[in-house]
Amino acid sequence: MEIREPGRPFPETGLTGFIAAWIAGWGRLAIEVFVAVGEFSLFVWRTMIWMVTRFPRAETLWPNFHQVGVASLPVVALTGTFIGMVLAVQSYFQFRQLGLETRLGGVINLTLLRELGPVLAATMLAGRVGSSMAAELGTMRVTEQIDALTAMGANPIRYLVVPRFLACFLLIPALTIMADFMGVAGGHFYSVIVLGIDMHHYWYNSAQFVTVFDLLVGLFKSFFFGSAISLISCYQGFNCTAGAEGVGRAATASFVYSFVAILVLDLFLGIALDSIYFTWYPEGTRTL
Amino acid sequence: MIEQLMETQQPLVELGGVNVGFGGQSVLRQIDLKIPAGQTLCLLGESGCGKTVLMKTIIGLVQPQSGRVLFDGVNIDTLGEREISRMRLRFGFVFQNAALFDSMTIAQNVAFPLRQDGRFSNAQIRELVLSRLNQVGLPNNVVYKKPAELSGGMRKRVGLARALVMNPEVILYDEPTTGLDPIMTDIINQLIIRTRRKNPVTSIIVTHNMETARTVPDRVVMLYPVWRLEPGEPQIIYDGPPEGMDQCRDRRVRQFVRGEAGQRLMELVSDQPDAEW
Repeated sequence: MEIREPGRPFPETGLTGFIAAWIAGWGRLAIEVFVAVGEFSLFVWRTMIWMVTRFPRAETLWPNFHQVGVASLPVVALTGTFIGMVLAVQSYFQFRQLGLETRLGGVINLTLLRELGPVLAATMLAGRVGSSMAAELGTMRVTEQIDALTAMGANPIRYLVVPRFLACFLLIPALTIMADFMGVAGGHFYSVIVLGIDMHHYWYNSAQFVTVFDLLVGLFKSFFFGSAISLISCYQGFNCTAGAEGVGRAATASFVYSFVAILVLDLFLGIALDSIYFTWYPEGTRTL
Repeated sequence: MIEQLMETQQPLVELGGVNVGFGGQSVLRQIDLKIPAGQTLCLLGESGCGKTVLMKTIIGLVQPQSGRVLFDGVNIDTLGEREISRMRLRFGFVFQNAALFDSMTIAQNVAFPLRQDGRFSNAQIRELVLSRLNQVGLPNNVVYKKPAELSGGMRKRVGLARALVMNPEVILYDEPTTGLDPIMTDIINQLIIRTRRKNPVTSIIVTHNMETARTVPDRVVMLYPVWRLEPGEPQIIYDGPPEGMDQCRDRRVRQFVRGEAGQRLMELVSDQPDAEW
């Protein structure tokens, strides 16, 4: 959309001029944000419509599933393992001072499943998968490949966006399970094997504090994270400006916006899921 | 002769009062153009005057801010997403830098419109792809290569093969010879002429190559950048046969055809006194 250069009915110098320019600046920003939100919403809407009206072909799906799912496994597993071990390192001394080191199992595994597993796996994937999607689609936009697709009667949303959305929506939760598992293993390794905490009590406490609801909370959130990463990255790629600089900016913006979206979604989903939890279990089941 | 043609036939492509702009800057202003079926039209004009945008407007890749674009008598603005996709299969678009899909092989690139159409068997697709590649002078062994492994000229020819593979009714060539050596330029020119001879195809060619503009088309349309025009002046400064360009009364047309900088040299900063870099 075109933003009209405003006329200059107000003085340009002096305090009034400064205030007028300040207001005009905010007005311009407000319009830009409004337009961007509107365009993004339309982009999401069109993606959803194409997904339900004509399912993409297998040959466009599998490469994306491989790229998002299989190729990300090592890096997600590594992230998970280290989060588990770092949690053990960080909390051990505080808990030891209180003589509660066997409670580490509960703390590590609960934090992992509810928060750090999903959030850090999604962050890692926003960097690995999201940026590469934005850069790839941005390059396609700049080199007219998206125009070529359209000119040959293919819809770029159906052909490029829907497969990437489905890959992220379905596989980021799967990768989150992997990150959770590796985190639990990493936490166990550091706590039980390196720090020598009694294994029986470590796992007994884990079983006391961690419920299936916690696992599902993390997984539920990761569906939203996956959707946000794919939609933001594809949108950035589609609206890439010309040149290498434009592609670079699209890749960076896709990560930054995805990361912000992950944090914001995490907060609001956390609040919403907690209220559901306390509606179902008014007394709560935990005593930590 | 062109006037006669235009009067007797309903135009295949028609633009009426088309205005296109980006970010507040006008690129096309009040463009009226009728292109009858079977015509080969060459779009000339300096860089940035809107030639590519005009071609993309015809195929619906760029939305005009106002005005109408008709293809075969149908306003493309009224078409739904599927109908416009089907309409686009009647076009072939040769992009400036070929715009081949990097992730696909040459064979997959050329086969793309055929697969998109969905009416061809694998055997037919293979046969058509090979015949089109041979037609543009490429050997069979390129089919398994990726676009990045080919030279610029070869990529351009693959782009041409991909545009021709569906036997389209209209072919849009966006600078098909830019960046090619003189021999390859002549080959591409001959290809365009031969394609037209074989099929009654309508061609629109955007080019900077005067040799192409003189030998290939039967009509030349020259655009002038909007920002250089006086208010109310038409953007199309020449519309006629290629032979008439040299004798055109408009000085700007003759200047372009002869490639003379003229007073544009004054625009160079270095010629002005006290220029600071």
